[in-house]
Amino acid sequence: MRSFLLARGNSAFADRIFHWLMVLCALSIFAIMLLILAELMLRSSMAWHALHFKFFFKAYFDPVTGLPNYWDPVNGHFSALPFVYGTVVSSLLSLLLAVPLAIGVAVFITEMCPGALRGPLSFITELLAAIPSIVYGLWAVFVLVPLMREYVNPALIQLLGWTGLFSDENPTGLGFTTAAVILAIMILPIISSLTREVMTAVPHSQREAVLALGATRWEMIRMGVLRNARIGIVGAVILGLGRALGETMAVTMVIGNAPEIHRSLLSNGYSMASVIANEFTEAVSDLHRSALIEIGLALFIVTIIVNALAQLLVWAVTRGAPARVN
Amino acid sequence: MKVGENNLRAKLRTLTDGAVTALAILATLLVVTPLVAIFGYLVYKGASSLNLAFFTQIPKPVGVAGGGMANAILGSVILLAVASALGVPIGIGGGIFLAEFGRGSRLAHAIRFTADVLNGVPSIVMGLAAYSLIVVTQGHFSALAGGVALGIMMVPTVTRTTEEMLMMVPHSVREAALALGVPNWRSVLSITVRTASPGIITGCMLAFARVAGETAPLIFTALGNSFWSTSLNQPIAALPLQIWLYAQSAYDDWHRLAWAGALVLIALIVLAVSLVRFVTSRGVLKGAS
Repeated sequence: MRSFLLARGNSAFADRIFHWLMVLCALSIFAIMLLILAELMLRSSMAWHALHFKFFFKAYFDPVTGLPNYWDPVNGHFSALPFVYGTVVSSLLSLLLAVPLAIGVAVFITEMCPGALRGPLSFITELLAAIPSIVYGLWAVFVLVPLMREYVNPALIQLLGWTGLFSDENPTGLGFTTAAVILAIMILPIISSLTREVMTAVPHSQREAVLALGATRWEMIRMGVLRNARIGIVGAVILGLGRALGETMAVTMVIGNAPEIHRSLLSNGYSMASVIANEFTEAVSDLHRSALIEIGLALFIVTIIVNALAQLLVWAVTRGAPARVN
Repeated sequence: MKVGENNLRAKLRTLTDGAVTALAILATLLVVTPLVAIFGYLVYKGASSLNLAFFTQIPKPVGVAGGGMANAILGSVILLAVASALGVPIGIGGGIFLAEFGRGSRLAHAIRFTADVLNGVPSIVMGLAAYSLIVVTQGHFSALAGGVALGIMMVPTVTRTTEEMLMMVPHSVREAALALGVPNWRSVLSITVRTASPGIITGCMLAFARVAGETAPLIFTALGNSFWSTSLNQPIAALPLQIWLYAQSAYDDWHRLAWAGALVLIALIVLAVSLVRFVTSRGVLKGAS
């Protein structure tokens, strides 16, 4: 027996190696994070030194025309302002469209729909999440853009033209509104599935208590479920915002790619991710490339903050609830 | 008087309830519509352009009819192989740590949190990182850089799904293995991981499907290529890149090829997602518990 055990050897050594190997794999996630940050900082240092922080908010004004010239790599004028503006406007607009729908879907699936429909419906929202950005973009270019050009934009101009936010100066059908619509379709699944998760985490006793007081179903949802889940829902919305900020391909294909700032939401714009996608391989100078990496770095830091915040809010609600797959 | 008022309020409450139900149903329909529209249009456009040439030929020059995406399909396969070779082992290792060694520890919490945050980092940023790390060092665009960018993106997803699957393995299985004198590392690898392996494999498939359609991280790493190339050191074609290139062009013929490419991509992804759903809904670990 003793000789058998000795022949098998001591597993403590192998165990220790295995343990540390797994720790290494886990730590590599930190390493990836730090590596991305370090690389982006290193490669953007040139732009940082040349353009300073005003890169993000100050523009060069053409002395002859008096018009702002935000982005002119050939002549060395760099300002990320129109990209920041485009990213913020299209993301917020898409949240405006997506959030009510996403919450509506989540409410329907968790509280109202018959059991037989629940599976297929959540499968459909999952499928929406799995479609690649490029396919959304393709569909948007050939279906959504003509639709916006022919029907939606004229209607918006007629109905809301008085606000000054929808004016008729862009006949292409591209622009912020189109980008926001496709973004809304893309971030809907993530907001809705997280909202669903948070709502399922609300204990049943809450619902039963409100129902026992004679509430209708809507009153039960409002007081028993939504009120308890609101922090998590805010988290889900912020996570959707994070996705919208960094979305690249579909936005690039429909936002119009013009580094300008207009008041009209129907006009062409640009976003931070799209300018990197479009110009990086054809950058005219090292400073140009460095400036694009700096935009990427800003995007990285902002999405990290947004995602961390969202994660904390979602965890605040689902903590203690059983782990779910998907 | 009082009764009438109560009646009115009750009616109003019922009415609100009905209105909200209707709104929720409307929202659901509004969400299902684009999916149906996208899929319908994709199948309609893509199926009519799919033919044998699509899978066997490389892109023809502008103005020449026909051609296919055979090199892009091969390129995507190579890129995904590199990505999986990098992302899957690291991801599974991280998942094993979270579920087997680090349960409840502060380090595990931090790693879980970082993985979730990393999951939300835009793919274009991953491309920039792979560019600075590999393309700048090597001095030229390469398939390797593209594969690394995709591989990094797979790590957090694989880690989290592996962890979730391992958590479902009952403790009694581990205890039984250890009681028989099996070393811990063998117990983890051949008992726990094997028990959860269908779930882990589907998790990897899910990560695989996610990165299969990624375009942004490939633009300035793999770059694209209109000829056959299998070298890891050269720019390589990829299905999403080719779709992007063709979608931006002004030629109907190329648009049709883009649709066909998108259909192939989607078919691959839907297959993976359905498989994941099928396996997880069947109860991956039925045999174990």
